[in-house]
Amino acid sequence: MAHAGTLEIKNLSKHYRVKGRPLAVLDDVSLAIRPGEFVSIVGASGCGKSTLLRLLIGLEGDYQGEILLDGQRVAGTSLDRGIVFQEHRLFPWLTVEQNVAVGVLNAPGGQAEKRTSVQEHIELVGLKGFETAYPHQLSGGMSQRVAIARALVSRPEVLLLDEPFGALDALTRSHLQQELERIWRAEGITAILVTHDVEEAVALGDRVVIMQPRPGRIKRIVDVPLPRPRERGSLAFTAIKDDVLGEFAPAPRSALKSPSIERRPPALDWQFSY
Amino acid sequence: MQMNINLRAWTVPAALLAFWWTLTAAGWVDTRLIVPPGNVLRVAGTTLIDPVFWQAVLFSAARDVSGFASGALGGIALGVLLGTSRWAERLIGPTFHALRQISLFAWLPLLSTWLGYGEGAKLVFIALSTLYPVTLGAFEGVRAVTRHHAEVARVYCFTRQQILFRLILPAAAPQIATGLTLGLVSAWVATIGSEFLLANWGNGLGNIIIKGRAAFNVELIIVGMLAIGIVGSLLNHVAARIERRALHWQPRH
Repeated sequence: MAHAGTLEIKNLSKHYRVKGRPLAVLDDVSLAIRPGEFVSIVGASGCGKSTLLRLLIGLEGDYQGEILLDGQRVAGTSLDRGIVFQEHRLFPWLTVEQNVAVGVLNAPGGQAEKRTSVQEHIELVGLKGFETAYPHQLSGGMSQRVAIARALVSRPEVLLLDEPFGALDALTRSHLQQELERIWRAEGITAILVTHDVEEAVALGDRVVIMQPRPGRIKRIVDVPLPRPRERGSLAFTAIKDDVLGEFAPAPRSALKSPSIERRPPALDWQFSY
Repeated sequence: MQMNINLRAWTVPAALLAFWWTLTAAGWVDTRLIVPPGNVLRVAGTTLIDPVFWQAVLFSAARDVSGFASGALGGIALGVLLGTSRWAERLIGPTFHALRQISLFAWLPLLSTWLGYGEGAKLVFIALSTLYPVTLGAFEGVRAVTRHHAEVARVYCFTRQQILFRLILPAAAPQIATGLTLGLVSAWVATIGSEFLLANWGNGLGNIIIKGRAAFNVELIIVGMLAIGIVGSLLNHVAARIERRALHWQPRH
């Protein structure tokens, strides 16, 4: 079983240089994530949530503040952090088995041990029997399962997910969300999910971090103290979901709640009735 | 369906053959210049039992394959270098593209002056003819490696060697294969060309044609041409099979 990592983000800021001028992408983000916790991060596009994840995986550097994994400062990529991108990013010239094995290519341990781990993770994501298939023979959902297996096969301490189901159809998405929850529990790993799907964030997260743009910063953190697996139809679930959605309302919430809605003249209110 | 397509493909050659046969049988042309098909067949018969002919086939094929192999290796190496290093592309790229403008056959006088009429000059010439298309193919292929896949290599901490052999070369394989196919055609043209133009020494299918012309043996010239065509198609056929096997991971269109 993998050791679940403790991730600490302290006063993290990140700038890009656009035409010589600094552009703040992340501004003073602080977040402590407990080992084995599942944290969802939601926000509109441009709120820096993907940049945050790219900093955590080590694909972006040059930041102010601190990112600590088990007390160690994060520098560059490492096999103790795994990532699933929105696109599956499998190598089309490798089979499912070989693609998953890419994850342990540079991991310590013997060949036999690695082969066992590859096989176990193919089974974990439910693709037993597809070992020798090529990516072009797989559906989008299956490809994303392979990507999850590849991210987990080296038994990282933290799993980062960058809108992993964003490109999938609704049915596949909800199925894979349940699968992800099962896999996360089976591996006992710390998980951080970036998404713009509020329902997904609430269904999977122990906490939902709401970010706001320009510059990207944390607006609010909502606890989701519901038992798993979560019933999406339940009152408690809907209440938390509405609470999170409320943070994205264009107008202040007090204005929306006001009972006296101005009626427009009837002529402008006209619409088709079926 | 398959049968129909095959039959259709043979229509034009059959018609040309019939036309040729009619011309010569009716005596409408000078049969010393446009020889009857029957004579060609007879000369082909005597040529095919001559060991010198088979030696020529063997020598031409060996020349082609060894020149092609060295040109292809050099081309892949150069293409990968130009594609991966911006510095190398700025330094070598312009010179490479400028040299490419010099017609291949214009190299022959210089090569024969330096290296004589032996195998050396021929091999360098064939390798050079392979180098250009393979370099361009490899360059295009390396450029087509996506940032997404490069990031995957970084996430899994690929070493430089792993980046080359597990990311760049397989990702560039389709374009490299296209370059190699073009290079193979070009190498065969260069093989025969070098045998024509550096004919004073050695044996080869090109030499057979030159011999035919010297002896005013039109039948032998035609037999040589057919042999060149057949060997060339065989080489391409083998290459296409190897390519299909190497790129079996690609979706069929």
